[in-house]
Amino acid sequence: MADKTTLQYTAEHEWVQVADNEATIGITAYAAEKLGDVVFVELPAVGTEISGGTVVGEIESTKSVGELFAPFDGTITAINDAVVDSPELVNTDPFGEGWLVKVAFTALPTMLSYDEYSAIVGE
Amino acid sequence: MTSAPEPGTNPSNTERYSPLHQTHVDAGASFTDFAGWQMPVRYSSDLAEHHAVRTAAGLFDLSHMAEIVVSGPDAGAFLDYALAGKISTIDLWQAKYSLLLNEAGGIIDDLVVYRLRESEFLVVANAGNRFAAADALTNRAARFDVTVDDQSDDYALIAVQGPAARAIAQATSGITDLGSPLDELKYYRATDAVFNGVPLLIARTGYTGEDGFELYLGTDAATALWNALTTAGAAHDLVPAGLASRDTLRLEAGMPLYGHELNATLFPAQAGLGRVVNLAKETDFIGRAASEEGPRADARVLVGLSGEGKRAGRAGYQVFHSADAPEPEGEITSGALSPTLGHPIAMAYVAPALAQPGTGLFVDIRGTRVPVTVVPLPFYKRQK
Repeated sequence: MADKTTLQYTAEHEWVQVADNEATIGITAYAAEKLGDVVFVELPAVGTEISGGTVVGEIESTKSVGELFAPFDGTITAINDAVVDSPELVNTDPFGEGWLVKVAFTALPTMLSYDEYSAIVGE
Repeated sequence: MTSAPEPGTNPSNTERYSPLHQTHVDAGASFTDFAGWQMPVRYSSDLAEHHAVRTAAGLFDLSHMAEIVVSGPDAGAFLDYALAGKISTIDLWQAKYSLLLNEAGGIIDDLVVYRLRESEFLVVANAGNRFAAADALTNRAARFDVTVDDQSDDYALIAVQGPAARAIAQATSGITDLGSPLDELKYYRATDAVFNGVPLLIARTGYTGEDGFELYLGTDAATALWNALTTAGAAHDLVPAGLASRDTLRLEAGMPLYGHELNATLFPAQAGLGRVVNLAKETDFIGRAASEEGPRADARVLVGLSGEGKRAGRAGYQVFHSADAPEPEGEITSGALSPTLGHPIAMAYVAPALAQPGTGLFVDIRGTRVPVTVVPLPFYKRQK
């Protein structure tokens, strides 16, 4: 499980872990808690070009539907097949086994720090 | 990531709290606004809570529901006039599901009426319709010798639901003076009792499709009763259950939720509740003339929809008769991936020509038309 304090965050309640020119993206524990039990995850295919700010996937719970936003431009290099098979991983381990996609990028926008994100969600 | 508002929630910022609020906080509940009340939406996992009710038991706080006491010599005759059903002839301690109609035949609220005495009835209304129901009853009472008393603030309501509900209720310490033993209490019957010295009403009713009881008592004793039920339930895998599981449970059981399947512009007949409107009643009642005329022949009717895969149609999604039909001929009012059945289910209003079970339709799920089939309600029926 990633160290939450070293991750970057978006206002759409996603976390981003950067290693070289690839970023791993998931949704935060706060978002997973708000959604409730996740029962279906739809992710873009590997190789898909994504552009920042657009909807690239869906995360459905029993009660509602969440959209996965691309936090920046890039190319999908991997998706978490385990979370497609077992969507509950988003709830049980949102910062670890519940990661969603990996994205190759050329440039990153300024995102939120752990402290900044924590202030937004009041935790 | 963003998420749509949860169905059944109210965007207003008025906040009311159940007498059990601190108990829920201590249990780690997440809360949602429901009709102005901060109520538990889930304690840990809404799926686990749903499955617990189907296989063991769940404990629900429903203290947001409205309790209106109607009493006086004319109480029965008054309710025959104010409500769509015939209430005056129900037995003592019998419960009856009924509807409060407007003059146009539309539904102001759906409610359950209990006969507590020969001339005293408890009317339980939805939290969001508390004032509409109390006002309508009060306004209709003018020519009757009757008192309409909104006692909602004085009542707590706790439900224990699931196959183990009876064993749990029977094992709960502090419940005494039962007017009728719980194992002899039939569905939609109630009994008086005492809990730790205060009056308790126990009804074999519910909103989950399982066996269960709803327990009404004064707010001061609510926490003690919740704790006593929890203690008795430990041996039966009882879990506290929130409104998220309550919604998927009632959807599987094909039970309507006001504001989704029912509203002031829909006739009961459209919702499959024509039997609740008693046109054989000898006396007049509000909404009778409009009910006798009924909805237009082309008015949409409520159906069940069943799909495949995992993507569920949700409230507000449009229903089409084909993959490329330009105009929708229906709309989903409630929908979810059924936790018990494992496939998507929904209730929807569709054109009468499309309402026959077996009819193939399409739901527009965020831009993609997904095939579904019209099925009879309910989706889930417990084994007796």
